[in-house]
Amino acid sequence: MIGGKEAGPLALHNMTAHELRQKLDAGELSSRELTEAFLKRIEQLDGTLGAYLTVAAEEAMEQARSFDEARANGEAVHPLGGIPVALKDNLCTRGLRTTAASRILENWVPPYDATVVERLRAARSPILGKTNMDEFAMGSSTETSAFKVARNPWDLSRVPGGSSGGSAIAVAAGMAVWSLGSDTGGSIRQPAAYCGVVGMKPTYGRVSRYGLLAFASSLDQIGPFTLDITDCALVLNLICGHDPRDSTSVDLEVPDYAASLRAEAKGLRIGIPKEYMSQPIDADVRAAVEGALKLLEENGAQLKEVSLPSTSYALQTYYMIAPAEASSNLARYDGVRYGLRVPADDVPRMMEETRSQGFGPEVKRRIILGTYVLSAGHYDAYYKKASQVRTLIRQDFERAFREVDVLIAPTTPTTAFRLGEKTQDPLAMYMMDIFTIPVNLAGLPGLSMPCGVDKEGLPVGLQIIGPPFREDLVLWAAYTYEQLAWPQGAGRHWRAGREVAVDVR
Amino acid sequence: METRDGRAGAAAEPGPAASRLSAADVAKVAAQARLRLTEEELEKLSGQLSDILRMAAELKALDTEGVEPTAHGLPIYNVLRDDVPQRSMPREDVLAGAPEQQDGYFKVPRILEEA
Repeated sequence: MIGGKEAGPLALHNMTAHELRQKLDAGELSSRELTEAFLKRIEQLDGTLGAYLTVAAEEAMEQARSFDEARANGEAVHPLGGIPVALKDNLCTRGLRTTAASRILENWVPPYDATVVERLRAARSPILGKTNMDEFAMGSSTETSAFKVARNPWDLSRVPGGSSGGSAIAVAAGMAVWSLGSDTGGSIRQPAAYCGVVGMKPTYGRVSRYGLLAFASSLDQIGPFTLDITDCALVLNLICGHDPRDSTSVDLEVPDYAASLRAEAKGLRIGIPKEYMSQPIDADVRAAVEGALKLLEENGAQLKEVSLPSTSYALQTYYMIAPAEASSNLARYDGVRYGLRVPADDVPRMMEETRSQGFGPEVKRRIILGTYVLSAGHYDAYYKKASQVRTLIRQDFERAFREVDVLIAPTTPTTAFRLGEKTQDPLAMYMMDIFTIPVNLAGLPGLSMPCGVDKEGLPVGLQIIGPPFREDLVLWAAYTYEQLAWPQGAGRHWRAGREVAVDVR
Repeated sequence: METRDGRAGAAAEPGPAASRLSAADVAKVAAQARLRLTEEELEKLSGQLSDILRMAAELKALDTEGVEPTAHGLPIYNVLRDDVPQRSMPREDVLAGAPEQQDGYFKVPRILEEA
């Protein structure tokens, strides 16, 4: 049984999905009781934390009832069935408002479910609500949300990271057992690092993007936030797999990630990218990451320095490619078929008014940048050049993975920064994604897990990167490290019993 | 901004794509994207976008002669399926989110002058 010797049993909101599964299966707990407990927790904490844009209490309770009935009737239940989950607000949910944290979709109710949402509903997982994010996933702090300030649960003056900030907060603060986010340049891994939970971006093509509101289609990928690696593997089992409705989803067999988890440092070959470690990195972050590597080495893993020479060009490449794709994807928000319309006398003015009032500053900045780099006369110099450099970045990783199973590096150069600290300086904000962006450009699987704290007590993220479609190797390294360092769950144990920094009356 | 290998000098060369955007340039590009910005927004963006383009100009220092561009990270090519008719989303569901609709169509302001 989990729970410190002195601390007694854990509260429900501090338990993992696989622990709650046992309680549900043993009949100690119903999904209704569990879902109610989480809804209550949201009511208590979320006024301060700002993780949710929409709470779907009735729908969640209905799904919990349906799970309890299925179980009572002896139907087979999914390992994640009955366990309440939160979804980033760029995943389409039929009948439930989906805004991408933008005024332009403030009141939009999708007529269909994303493929991952369909799978959740089939598993009878109660959906607690939709989480706060940077507008259209453009940002690294959730500060570009048009609706709400989101706060880091461990220090309310700091950002939770972004763009999937709300989904990270929800899991870190026990307002959902697990959640889904999306990662275009680090939007799952970076907030997971800042909030002290596990977050994973699977390989591009591993999870269907059908029903994910598109930001940069060649980079976007859906993935989980969880309290430990076992839960992460369980979620991958649920969401991975081919979908004919996403032409970039790959028809490859999906292994049972949870059943094949192993904790064995011997035989694991770990590459340390020297160009990452030579970047400016906070001393505490560096020390925590080096501590994790040392522990793995002491237990039999082989460490090897590898070179990713194009690393210093990744950020520039990303900030050409992602805005270019965004400018094209966001052309659809024109006031005609869905979302906001600001009335005007003619169509061009209606579109201009709608888009000018509906989009926030960061989205406008990226649309304009993307339009510029795609325009005649600039296309070759910026967009084509960036696409070529993207090839070099991908080749760097291919070379490295001939020698090692996984790469390990910090997720971010610093721990969570303060609210407002970087909002006036886009380049400083973009720098926060320097270690996560290359992974999206190359389409690789990447995971972030806590590996310690800095002197302020803020969590540090360890990033593990694998070859394409080798989520199993990433999980091998992650589970091995978790069992060595934090056997009670990487997203939980580092807290050492500390509760989130919110006053609960 | 300096590149890690200290080649900032090479990157700073003005190329055919000038990396300084004036407020008027920004307004022109914004209009192409159907966005209208205030004077203040234009000024701010002109500085910020120039910074980003200056950073992007560092890519020019890299030799990419003969390098194939990557459209996405993985070798996935055109995906075709059998041309089988399938039921589409019900029309009323599709129109339910429309700002304005009439007779089963999306409605927009008049686009043709009356004769």
